[in-house]
Amino acid sequence: MKKAKQIQDMISKPFDLLSEELVFIILDLVAQNPSDLKSFSLTCKWFYQVEARHRRSLKPLRAEYLPRILTRYRNTADLDLSFCPRVTDYALSVVGCLSGPTLRSVDLSRSFSFSAAGLLRLAVKCVSLVEIDLSNATEMRDAAAAVVAEAKSLERLKLGRCKKLTDMGIGCIAVGCRKLKRVSLKWCVGVGDLGVGLLAVKCKDIRSLDLSYLPITGKCLHDVLKLQHLEELLLQGCFGVDDDSLKSLTHHCNSLKNLDASSCQNLTQRGLTSLLSGAGCLERLDLAHSSSVISLDFASSLNKVSSALQSIRLDGCAVTCDGLKAIGTLCISLREVSLSKCVTVTDEGLSCLVMKLKDLRKLDITCCRKLTGVSITQVASSCPLLVSLKMESCSLVSRDAFWLIGHKCRLLEELDFTDNEIDDEGLKSISSCRSLSSLKLGICLNITDRGLSYIGMGCSNLRELDLYRSVGITDVGISSIAQGCCHLETINISYCKDITDKSLVSLSKCSMLQTFESRGCPHITCQGLAAIAVRCKRLSKLDLKKCPFINDSGLLTLAHFSQGLKQISVSETGVTDVGLVSLANIGCLQNIAAVNTRGLSPSGVAAALVGCGGLRKVKLHASLRSLLPSSLINHMEARGCSFLWKDYNNHNNSNTLQAELDPKYWKLQLEEDIEL
Amino acid sequence: MEDEEEGEPNLHVFKASSSGKDNNNNNNGGQASVQGVKAQAWDPRTMLCNLSFMEQKIHELQGLVHLILGRNGQLQDEQQQLITADLTSIIIQLISTAGSLLPSVNMLSTTAPGSALFPFPREANNLASQTLNNGGASQELEDDAEEGENLPPGSYEIKQLEKEEILAPHTNFCTICGKGFKRDANLRMHMRGHGDQYKTPAALAKPPTKETLPGSDAPMLIKRYSCPFPGCKRNKDHKRFQPLKTILCVKNHYKRTHCDKSFTCSRCHTKKFSVIADLKTHEKHCGQNKWLCSCGTTFSRKDKLFGHIALFQGHTPAIPLEDTKPSAAASSQRGSSGCGNSNNNAAMVSFSLGSAANANQETSQPCVMDGKTSFEESFSPLSFDICNFGGFPRSIFDDSFQMLISSACGCSPINGGVGSVSDTSL
Repeated sequence: MKKAKQIQDMISKPFDLLSEELVFIILDLVAQNPSDLKSFSLTCKWFYQVEARHRRSLKPLRAEYLPRILTRYRNTADLDLSFCPRVTDYALSVVGCLSGPTLRSVDLSRSFSFSAAGLLRLAVKCVSLVEIDLSNATEMRDAAAAVVAEAKSLERLKLGRCKKLTDMGIGCIAVGCRKLKRVSLKWCVGVGDLGVGLLAVKCKDIRSLDLSYLPITGKCLHDVLKLQHLEELLLQGCFGVDDDSLKSLTHHCNSLKNLDASSCQNLTQRGLTSLLSGAGCLERLDLAHSSSVISLDFASSLNKVSSALQSIRLDGCAVTCDGLKAIGTLCISLREVSLSKCVTVTDEGLSCLVMKLKDLRKLDITCCRKLTGVSITQVASSCPLLVSLKMESCSLVSRDAFWLIGHKCRLLEELDFTDNEIDDEGLKSISSCRSLSSLKLGICLNITDRGLSYIGMGCSNLRELDLYRSVGITDVGISSIAQGCCHLETINISYCKDITDKSLVSLSKCSMLQTFESRGCPHITCQGLAAIAVRCKRLSKLDLKKCPFINDSGLLTLAHFSQGLKQISVSETGVTDVGLVSLANIGCLQNIAAVNTRGLSPSGVAAALVGCGGLRKVKLHASLRSLLPSSLINHMEARGCSFLWKDYNNHNNSNTLQAELDPKYWKLQLEEDIEL
Repeated sequence: MEDEEEGEPNLHVFKASSSGKDNNNNNNGGQASVQGVKAQAWDPRTMLCNLSFMEQKIHELQGLVHLILGRNGQLQDEQQQLITADLTSIIIQLISTAGSLLPSVNMLSTTAPGSALFPFPREANNLASQTLNNGGASQELEDDAEEGENLPPGSYEIKQLEKEEILAPHTNFCTICGKGFKRDANLRMHMRGHGDQYKTPAALAKPPTKETLPGSDAPMLIKRYSCPFPGCKRNKDHKRFQPLKTILCVKNHYKRTHCDKSFTCSRCHTKKFSVIADLKTHEKHCGQNKWLCSCGTTFSRKDKLFGHIALFQGHTPAIPLEDTKPSAAASSQRGSSGCGNSNNNAAMVSFSLGSAANANQETSQPCVMDGKTSFEESFSPLSFDICNFGGFPRSIFDDSFQMLISSACGCSPINGGVGSVSDTSL
């Protein structure tokens, strides 16, 4: 009798058999997709509670709901408030009170309107706070920094662009937070040698230190390089760091692995030699945009670090052939080389560099316009392990070279052939790279649907495809991609003038699609958009600029189905007030661009602005600035929305669009613009 | 009479350091007088006095131990400590008495053959023992300008002025009317008024030797000066004697190191000086010390403050109040600007954890209750003012902030000074 009742109970409450631990394991697996998690928690009351107990990290869309959210999720450890532009002191005190003991990290990098008082609540209440991101708090002063210093257990601190902070504030943090491990002071232009020096003296555990764009000299580096555990030192754009101040530098910072001295205009070979002299275990070196010529002498300063060096970036440097040759022979364990925008790189230099680099994984030769097929052939034959190859605008490279790349480097995952002469045969050979995930074929005028069909058949792992202005592409090529690459997340078919709704319908099969850019596709209509909106549930970025047949009905479908949309551009489309206002239905929407959209009236725009609660950026025509009520603009700005007023005038007639769609005309114009 | 005075201070000091109870009898700081013992010239009478005292002390100790034996050896903690202290002091006394032999032997051997002068050694020592309570024997750092000068002992003539002579406002006196002058030249100018015989070029000329003390017959020998204060590094009996170059050096050194600091800065009312020139130098820059540490020390230069903070554990830079709350601070600052530094100190917010925690506990509860309604209201109306905090319950935070500031201000004088170093250091 009793047993029967138990069985009865079990049938009526089948989930009682599940232990909480088991559900947690299930939740770990479900957690990949937020909407799945939502469905799970709505199953029954118990699931709802279990899900609340399980969740550790939160990224709320609105700060208003923080009290309720944090009451439900009691175990919140990571709180990312980067979607909430307006976080008041009250909100912070709510965070402190409700999840004080469990909270470990807070991200306030995109938030404003909190003050020292709110931070004090956070610092005092959240005793186990380990990480805080206060980047972009441009109004933050030393008093607030002194409050941050109360968070004694802090290990990771980001203060990027806190421009009003001075040495005094950093001094307080240095004394208060002794456990700091990773500190970023990028763009804190008020902090100098004294503050950084004190930080290095007081916080002995620092592993990573970002001092980019600080007005420091080499003086504080004497203290910084004494840190026993320092692994990463970023000195990007530190103009005060010069050879003389580093002259007497003697250090043995064997822990240093990553050094970024890019854009240090006053640092030349002499200073670099003393900087590198003690860093024997350096793995990554960034010297982009440095003033010195990468010559044979320069390469000799790498002598000390050559054994362990794995990555070197020389973007925008004046590189000589001898220098590259010396680097190639000295640093044979290099895995990553970046020579982006080094206009002086020649075939001989690159060939000598890669000759012995059997382990090379990543090569960036973007805009090295002198390179031809000779050096690319050398790269393909010497570096069989290549994973990433970026060679945008190497337009002298012959078609055969691409065939060789696909043939020799089978492990490629990332390829950037933007503005190159690659053709269908090249694509056919590249399609044999099974693990290819990102392929950029923008402005490749020689490729056609046939080439894309090879990619569709071979590269099933493709996540990102860029076909910007590759005008040889039609619906056939896109449909073969959609069929073969079901993991596609990002696609750009801007200015592919032959694309129609058929492509969009076939792309709607890619259920993972997140970013869809179809700017300047004159043939796509709302029917195609509806297909994407209905089937691609993860859609978050949408660019419909200059698609004249997109109108309100398309936006209404979007508003109904694409609840995850964050960014949309409807400039120069047929959208009117009705469509724009309907977007208010999408809760996550953050960015709207609606410039030169003729059907919009000021009142319609105003209604849409008020309706979309989470807006962060709005791009509108400058004429609307005077037409919209100033109280509304103030209200929006107080809510954390910034306006971009564009005042270019659209000569909106079909001729300009036609002209823009013609690649030859467009390229000519671009070159004229550059020459001007 | 002299003998007693010679021995007395040592005796007293000995008692003070040994028993630790009758400290009040004597104002002398223990350390200073031990130094005095060490550095004093070897004197058989002093030695004898010390020895007899030690004998007496040992007898006392014997008696005490006998007494304890009589009580079946029950040794209480207090008694044990007493005995240990006594023994320690005897050992110290023994060492220092023996040690006093060494330098004086050296001194005798090196200076005796030369023509070194010890004008008034006895008196100087006496004077010194009387002014011992002026105390600052620790300030040896000052007047080290001639530290680098390494004259071999005996190669120069040593002079030692009396305390009165050093502290006298005038050193040159008119023999006719008795008027005093600081400078010899001024006296000569003055003398012209007393008759034509003082107007001759010979009378107005600078005398060939500056000093009129007896025994300055050897003009070739360099003159150096000794401080009359026994135990001072500038005293000729010190083991590592550093002579002073001029009389002015002697005067400044003696005033700075061994005299009361009687001149107080009229601006900050905290800094004190014994040399009036130092006061004037300070007053020029007083009030410019805007770099403040949480311990209350001010610095005129930022790098000095950071050096100080790097050196001491637990000290933090103090953020000026005007930085924390612009409007309120600005008004208060305007009001107090005339009063100078002491007010500035009080106006600094140090955000000490204690005060912060208190403020938090007291205000956290009402905040949650109030907030629930006002927070959601804050976003609805269109008439939104950017400058305002919106609907956010402003008063609560203002209160807490005000409390914070007041508590921090209340704390700062207590925390200030040397005490906080020991409190906060780990």
